[in-house]
Amino acid sequence: MKIAESWLREWIDPDLDTEALGHRLTMLGHEVDGIERVGEGIAGVVIAEVVEVDRHPDADRLSLCKVSDGSGELIDVVCGAPNVVQGMKTPFAKPGVTLPNGMKLRKAKIRGVVSNGMLCSAIELGLGEESDGIIALPTEAEVGTPLIDFLGLPDAVFDLDLTPNRGDCFSVLGIARDIAALTGAALKDASVAAAEPAVTDTQVVELVLPEGCPRFAGRVIRGIDPLATSPAWMIERLRRAGLRGISPVVDITNFVMLELGQPLHAYDQSLLQGSIRPRLAKSGEKVTLLDEKEIELNEDTLIISDDSGPIGLAGIMGGLSTAVTEKTTDVFFEAAFWPQDFMAGRARSYGMHTDASLRFERGVDPAGQARAVERATQLLLEIAGGNAGPLTDEVAEEFLPAHTKVHLRKDRLTLLLGVAIDDAEITGILTRLSMHVQCVDDGWEVTAPSHRFDIAIEADLIEEVARIHGYDSIPESTAFSQAALAAVTESKVDLERAAATLIARDYQEIVTYSFIDGDANEAFTGSRSELVLSNPISSEMAVMRASLWPGMVAVAAANSARQQDRVRLFEASKSFHGGLSEHTEVVRIAGLVSGFRNPEQWGSQAEGVDFFDIKADVEALLSLAASEAEIDFATSKHPALQPGQAAEITRNGEVIGVVGKLHPKLAKTFDLKRPTFLFELDAEKTLAASAPSVSPISKFPSIRRDVAVIVDDAVSADELVRAVAASCPELIQDVRIFDIYKGAGIEAGRKSVAIGLILQETSRTLTDDDADASMAAAVKKLEDQFAAVLRD
Amino acid sequence: MQALSELLDQAASEIDAASDLAALDAVRVSYLGRKGELTARLKTLGQLPGNERAAAGQEINRTKQALQELLNRRRELLEDAALEAKLAADAVDVSLPGRGVSIGGRHPVSRAQSRIEQIFRRAGFGVRFGPEIEDDFHNFSALNIPDNHPARAMHDTFYFPGGNLLRTHTSPVQIRSIVEEGVPIRVIAPGRVYRCDSDQTHTPMFHQVEGLVIDENISFANLKAVLYQFVEAFFERKIELRFRPSYFPFTEPSAEVDIRWGEGKWLEILGCGMVHPNVLTSAGVDPEKYTGYAFGIGIERLAMLRYNVTDLRTFFENDLRFLRQFR
Repeated sequence: MKIAESWLREWIDPDLDTEALGHRLTMLGHEVDGIERVGEGIAGVVIAEVVEVDRHPDADRLSLCKVSDGSGELIDVVCGAPNVVQGMKTPFAKPGVTLPNGMKLRKAKIRGVVSNGMLCSAIELGLGEESDGIIALPTEAEVGTPLIDFLGLPDAVFDLDLTPNRGDCFSVLGIARDIAALTGAALKDASVAAAEPAVTDTQVVELVLPEGCPRFAGRVIRGIDPLATSPAWMIERLRRAGLRGISPVVDITNFVMLELGQPLHAYDQSLLQGSIRPRLAKSGEKVTLLDEKEIELNEDTLIISDDSGPIGLAGIMGGLSTAVTEKTTDVFFEAAFWPQDFMAGRARSYGMHTDASLRFERGVDPAGQARAVERATQLLLEIAGGNAGPLTDEVAEEFLPAHTKVHLRKDRLTLLLGVAIDDAEITGILTRLSMHVQCVDDGWEVTAPSHRFDIAIEADLIEEVARIHGYDSIPESTAFSQAALAAVTESKVDLERAAATLIARDYQEIVTYSFIDGDANEAFTGSRSELVLSNPISSEMAVMRASLWPGMVAVAAANSARQQDRVRLFEASKSFHGGLSEHTEVVRIAGLVSGFRNPEQWGSQAEGVDFFDIKADVEALLSLAASEAEIDFATSKHPALQPGQAAEITRNGEVIGVVGKLHPKLAKTFDLKRPTFLFELDAEKTLAASAPSVSPISKFPSIRRDVAVIVDDAVSADELVRAVAASCPELIQDVRIFDIYKGAGIEAGRKSVAIGLILQETSRTLTDDDADASMAAAVKKLEDQFAAVLRD
Repeated sequence: MQALSELLDQAASEIDAASDLAALDAVRVSYLGRKGELTARLKTLGQLPGNERAAAGQEINRTKQALQELLNRRRELLEDAALEAKLAADAVDVSLPGRGVSIGGRHPVSRAQSRIEQIFRRAGFGVRFGPEIEDDFHNFSALNIPDNHPARAMHDTFYFPGGNLLRTHTSPVQIRSIVEEGVPIRVIAPGRVYRCDSDQTHTPMFHQVEGLVIDENISFANLKAVLYQFVEAFFERKIELRFRPSYFPFTEPSAEVDIRWGEGKWLEILGCGMVHPNVLTSAGVDPEKYTGYAFGIGIERLAMLRYNVTDLRTFFENDLRFLRQFR
């Protein structure tokens, strides 16, 4: 909410400058987002009247004006504004005056004609961001008066970020009340003298749904001048609050709402048919609102109706059929109390948000309706004349919000805040907040004033005391904690350590969005996700990812488009699976390598990465928690991976992840020209660990024996290693493949595999005979199992 | 016959003249080899009269030892020289860069999150995580935010058909942790949160860390202390804080906290307050016996300040030229 300092000071004038006042507001919980200064640096500008207007002989768009600034003589001024007319009152800056934009005026020739100063627009004076020409001041503005005096400048506008619990603060009065509670400064009396009825006309209001409208105040005012205009001071205040001047009736409803916090509506009384009945809408009813949009009403919506049907959305926006126009002479003001329960969310359900709905949803003082009508009456009579009828104030007391007593215990306050505050201070704070306070044995019985909707429990009162006492005056004190020592588990490897492992292997961590494009998700996982957002930012961010790869590949592509020829990425975060009614969230560790194996460097050839580069990284990660024997890589098919270069990773038979080469079709889609490999692991399954349990180390030397066999291509390295290891488990410590050969000397479809055996015993030194025996066993096993042929 | 001393002098000059190990060996052979001159002298000993033989033998041996000594010394010299020459040939340009790969790096948001976790862990806080697809109860109702509450409008929520949603804050983990573990409790809950908002200063996904302490006699003063300490620990210097009254449905009293930054500007970094009695009750805790505080910190905000990042969106653009500045 924007509020002009001058308006606020009319209500309360504490001994604080603008900055200090802003700071206090912030520290009261009404955060000042900004302080806008208006009307600074225009002290030399005066009000002038345009006495004559002629066309410039040499320029169509320029006018030659004779201007009176009260000094006696008429002044020649060239003006470029399209709206300049004879008789107009407007701001005038004569030579020597400097404007806020730094422009210093001097006598000048414009297209051959002398101009002695300038008629000014709102932009030139720093009074607005837009203008259709020079400012047209009201006719009552006195020529020669400094503009700042006429408009009450300079001024400052506080832009307040008000919290939704403080509906009572959405007005000048509300803010002034809080400042009064803080500073003790005197608050202007908010009561308004009742207007003496000059006519007897009334508008009948029937509270047919008292729980939905327990109070409805109003007044008929007859015979207003439809040609009247709002005074400059009112338009200025509205403008500083961010509202445009429209017509006296509308401006007055806005003005009173800003001043007292009570939204008002004005009807053209001649258009009302029969009595006004606030009620819930019926199914199928429609109403056309002031913004000329027709809406179909829901049955949970309060409306105002007359004999013609719905004529407005209660507390949100009035209807078009009974709206005031430039012809209206008879007005009916409405100031109603619409309870929060009936207002919450309603405006939003129609895609609306108005100054009125904002206030009613947050709570409007149920005791302020008549006052608002009186204030509006007072202003209307002053500005547009007319004759007021008697005040209508229909009330169903039993349905007005009741404020019960809240018990505030001194001990509780001290405990919760961690500081003991003087009883007298507490009583003073609550009293200044217009609470009804009664001292009792252990504290106070407090009843909140009618404008407060946020005082229901003891903690609410404690907050009020703390707020006015000052959060900054509460000391800091470290809480004593009885935390017991907690286990540092070895049953899983910390994700931090997994990240550190990848970082040590030159992977850069990325963070990508959890929601992605549905098609991309399907392309990478082979199935459509059911976890689709109802209101996504865009279709590219609509579906919860079932894999970290789509986001990651997009990052790789973006970076490679930025001339990064070597990209190595990882992300450790969640993927989402299942359906709307039941879903799972799985933390995954995904990685990508693309481009060159090594950074460009001397002494080595630039080579592209291959499957075994990324596999080594995966193995390093797996080795954090799993032994080699638990892990298996098996050729598999995956929608995102190139056939033949894709492997499913299992741990003790359970699938924990995949690794492989990005499918060329996908690589093309992303315009990734260099080889790209990916892995993705279930973090929990990958990092499940146990504390190491050490085996004895043999003191005896090991023996190495090598053997080369020829087998079918289809036989995997892993199968060979397992077979060899199993052939003589008591002696074979380790089996490694140190060469694979295909080509000349080996028939097509076969390969030669060179295997090294490391043999060792824990209790003795092995002999050649031992070694020979295990070699023989290994070879026999290979022959039997894979029809292996020993290579010479 | 040449005197032994002359022979030694002659040999000494030949040794000095030997410029490499081969030449030196030739000198050795010419004196001490099977046909060498000193060897020949030894062979002549037998021709001497018995009483001279011992003295002459001794003298020859002394000469031989002296000669051997000279040879050894020269050999060492030549060997050193040869090694030096070889090492000189092996010299490398130490300014050339090392080969192989370097290291990668942590994303700044994770880095900040990890530091935050460390800071709180050291003070005895447990670290908890919760689901990111939440239900209305945990994200709103249990946090004292009923349907149509204006506070819901402050959370631009992503919904799924059927009413589940992407959590708008890490606060639901408060409820889950209390229900699962009971009180007293002392935890933080970092993680991703989502709001339907995307512009220069908002990304639809960001990170928060929730803090929750519930025990007997926990006060607002304790909350102030922990946040002062946290900010000092995170930024590694004393920083002035400002606690402003604010409003969250799940805390009462509530505060927003600004830190004094740069040239005295106040920047909001977190929201906090004393856990609302309704929240305690809905999680099955007696609000008369227990009180607690809670806070929610924006991790990106802290990372931006700490690492001098000026545009929030860069965190999610994942440009390697940006990320590589974090190791």
